[in-house]
Amino acid sequence: MADNISKGEFSIINSSTIRKGVPEKATGRAQYTGDIVLPNMLFGAILRSPHAHARLLNIDISKAQQLKGVKVILTGKDVSQIKFGHSPARFDETALALDKVIFVGDEVAAVAAVDEQTAKEALDLIKVEYEPLPDLLDPLTAMADDAPLIHPEYPRNICQEVHNSVGNVEEGFAQSYLVRTDRFSNKKTDGAMLEPQACLANFDLNGNLTLWTSTQVSHYVQREVAMVLELPIEKVRVIAPYVGGGFGVKASSGSHEVLASMLAMAVKQPVRLVLERAEVFIRSRARHQYFHEMKIGVSKDGKIMAHEHLAVLDGGSHASLGIATVYYNGSMLHAPYAISNLKYDGYRIYTNKPTSGALRGHGAVSNRALFETQLSMVAEELGIDPVEIRLKNMLQKGDRTKTGYYMSSFNAKESLMAARDDSGWQQKKGKLPRGKGIGVGSSYFVSGAQGAIYRTDIPHSTVMIKVAEDGRGVTVYTGANEIGQGSDTVMAILTAEILGLKVENINVISGDTALCPIDLGAYSSRQTLMTGNATKQAAEALRDQIIKKVSDAFKIPAADLKFKDGRLLGTEKNPDMVKDVRGRYKSEHRGFSKLVDNGPLSFEEVTRWVYAGQGSILGTGTYTPPELQYSKEWKGSIVGASPAYSTQSCIAEVSVDMETGQLTVDKLTLAHDCGLALNRQSVEGQLDGSMCHGLGEALYEEVVFDQKGKVVNNTMGDYKIPTSLDVPELSALVIESNEPHGPFGAKEAGEGCIIPVIPAIINAIYDACGVLILDIPITSEKIFNGLQEMKKTGDRTYIYKPSVYADKIINRAAELRG
Amino acid sequence: MKKHIKLTINDNEYELLVNPNETLAQLLRGSQINLTGTKQGCELGDCGSCTVLLDGKAVNSCLVLAAQADGCRVTTIEGLSRNGEIHPIQKAFIEQGAVQCGYCTPGMILKAKSLLDVNPNPTRQEIREAMVGNLCRCTGYFKIVNAIETAANTIKAQEK
Repeated sequence: MADNISKGEFSIINSSTIRKGVPEKATGRAQYTGDIVLPNMLFGAILRSPHAHARLLNIDISKAQQLKGVKVILTGKDVSQIKFGHSPARFDETALALDKVIFVGDEVAAVAAVDEQTAKEALDLIKVEYEPLPDLLDPLTAMADDAPLIHPEYPRNICQEVHNSVGNVEEGFAQSYLVRTDRFSNKKTDGAMLEPQACLANFDLNGNLTLWTSTQVSHYVQREVAMVLELPIEKVRVIAPYVGGGFGVKASSGSHEVLASMLAMAVKQPVRLVLERAEVFIRSRARHQYFHEMKIGVSKDGKIMAHEHLAVLDGGSHASLGIATVYYNGSMLHAPYAISNLKYDGYRIYTNKPTSGALRGHGAVSNRALFETQLSMVAEELGIDPVEIRLKNMLQKGDRTKTGYYMSSFNAKESLMAARDDSGWQQKKGKLPRGKGIGVGSSYFVSGAQGAIYRTDIPHSTVMIKVAEDGRGVTVYTGANEIGQGSDTVMAILTAEILGLKVENINVISGDTALCPIDLGAYSSRQTLMTGNATKQAAEALRDQIIKKVSDAFKIPAADLKFKDGRLLGTEKNPDMVKDVRGRYKSEHRGFSKLVDNGPLSFEEVTRWVYAGQGSILGTGTYTPPELQYSKEWKGSIVGASPAYSTQSCIAEVSVDMETGQLTVDKLTLAHDCGLALNRQSVEGQLDGSMCHGLGEALYEEVVFDQKGKVVNNTMGDYKIPTSLDVPELSALVIESNEPHGPFGAKEAGEGCIIPVIPAIINAIYDACGVLILDIPITSEKIFNGLQEMKKTGDRTYIYKPSVYADKIINRAAELRG
Repeated sequence: MKKHIKLTINDNEYELLVNPNETLAQLLRGSQINLTGTKQGCELGDCGSCTVLLDGKAVNSCLVLAAQADGCRVTTIEGLSRNGEIHPIQKAFIEQGAVQCGYCTPGMILKAKSLLDVNPNPTRQEIREAMVGNLCRCTGYFKIVNAIETAANTIKAQEK
């Protein structure tokens, strides 16, 4: 262990804790948004455009209005046209289209009816006249000089371009022994969380809106709905009930939330709106399709001298989170390695397709897949072991990247070596028979973003902790979002540890904007570090407040008082006070069982006594990211700046049938430095989930469009995520460090872990059969084609490159870059 | 024209009028029964979240018409506990970290029960084969397979 972690002092932290809410989930008691029923509730449905790009000439709702059971129909002219989106710098969405639709699935009308079937029947009766416009379904068409503009203010449909450099790449390449250039592409992928987006809106008679929604970001949804419906923010209460996964998809602004609220406002009844799975594929702003060109220069002994990256992102119809994505794509690339000379040019292009945004590993998956693949290729050319070339270039604790990011803890080498040793790399690499292969990938990820989505000076997390007035229990109030990742449990663990209680004594109320102080939500892996720090501060404030009261009254030095195992140790030093306080408690609780008879005062006895004297016992805490230093030279490097970085390495072992190309992933080993693991079971679960998710993106996942821009594979049967039979043997290694900015040394766990899985698999396939796949998802067909080409040429290797079309897109970007 | 059906849900007998196109999943989750522990992830039989036991066999309740359940015995996740005690499969899922977001969990647990009812000693591979129609995005299935193995051992020990 490179860092000093003293674990002996913890009672709960760093062990395995059963998560909050899990018994409810396993017994069917947990209510997700779509399970909630209100009296007099209506059901909403959305009419969506069948055209990718068309003028909206007329909407006739007369027939639909006559359908029995239809209560209200809204079209663009009936509702607020206030623009919204994810970033205030780029609000480009409206709840319903007014004069133009810009993707297949664009919202045209919304209906509320007595039941779901009636609402959907009504959609069929709405007659819409469209005048089709030329559609721009790919970045190449959209980037043409004379292309029609999807949003008139953005020439060549360039939503955002980023041009960065630091050091001097020309010099770096000139000094390199070996320079290699490759191109790479992925496909748009979906979050495919099991619970579709869902919400339920209800106005009370005072005009207060309550919106239950399956979201990762209660706070942002509250602001968006209030802004668009022109309501005071405090009149909008957003509650996130149990959430069935999000993976980034539920962190983006949702028109369904605005529309359900508009319907409820118009009809003055509660309206529940649950997206169908086919709509999830349209509305989920998940992973972009990227087109990359990367050039890497290395010295003879494997030191990375320079790196240049050109990328095009197919953004789809709106900006959403994509502005951040095109910055991340440049910034979240170079670590875990020290590289002095860097250049990045990125273009995010508007197209007439559903919007892309964030998905697990936001902005660092496709780019890092190519980076790690290239690194293994140059290692081969230099005759250096791929693990060794990584170790040679890896950053360590205390290092800063050229883009300015500081590694306050960073066990990258330790993680890589752990994966190497656990997988038996040294016995396997270069010693496997043809058809068997082993490959490696490494990475890093943020623990929260330095900037909020909107410009603000407020803390990113505020937490309030309150002791129940009867002393029996503590409640943590946080606006943070529990989405199945285990965030509530982390806050309970921290609180219980500090107050010497058990996790089951801690109640967590989260994601409710009326009850909880503001937290920015579950995205960019921020809650363990940021909400965790605020929780720690709140619990410590509460603890210190009680200890001070006791210290003063009991005449015991504060340093001698300590909460542990449900008691305030040290109070026994003043037996008279103990007797007095205990006597009062007992007389108040005649008939109650399990009262304490001897020893130091219990938590209940102490807090009841404090409450009697002062009223409610509250502790509050906040977290604001420190003023981080990042490179002023690397423009926009604030996107990517984080108080702490996790790091991870993956080793994949595969078999390839040399005749048919059939691929089997035999084993994945993933080692992850997550700082101190607050809940080991949760961290392991995140690692397992990341390996599975990475496997899916490497091998299967692709949102397929037809020639008119419609999603073809819009079912969970046709969009293939890994099943129980697809997942190989998994080895999850929790490598810890002591992160000074994290609560008790903790940082990001599990999001960045998806990143190294994909290149590890690509590299393993190349090792097995000589086919290097630079166009994911990898399929056995691609491998087969590569093997066939090798048979023709007699070569031992073949590079399966992205399509000619991808080449044209990258060439066009190179032309624009000049 | 509604259809009149009789069925047993979690040991309770019901006589109901159902729409001819109403699925069993819709019936269970709807206002007549209100058992929302059965989840719907796709409504097409792809994801397995709505798995229930129909006469002891696991089915996707979104692919079964309510009218087809006439005369049948249905077990949902709410019906798995006995005398206030949760089922060993539920216990294992809870303790082994097999639950993250939890949306697939009720279906997973019922599918696992249908497996262990016919094969009390499954190998890991047999478990993986049995669970193939139940999708999970969070866990990578690893701890789910562990939990089912543990539950199988617990059930065997209880029966001895």
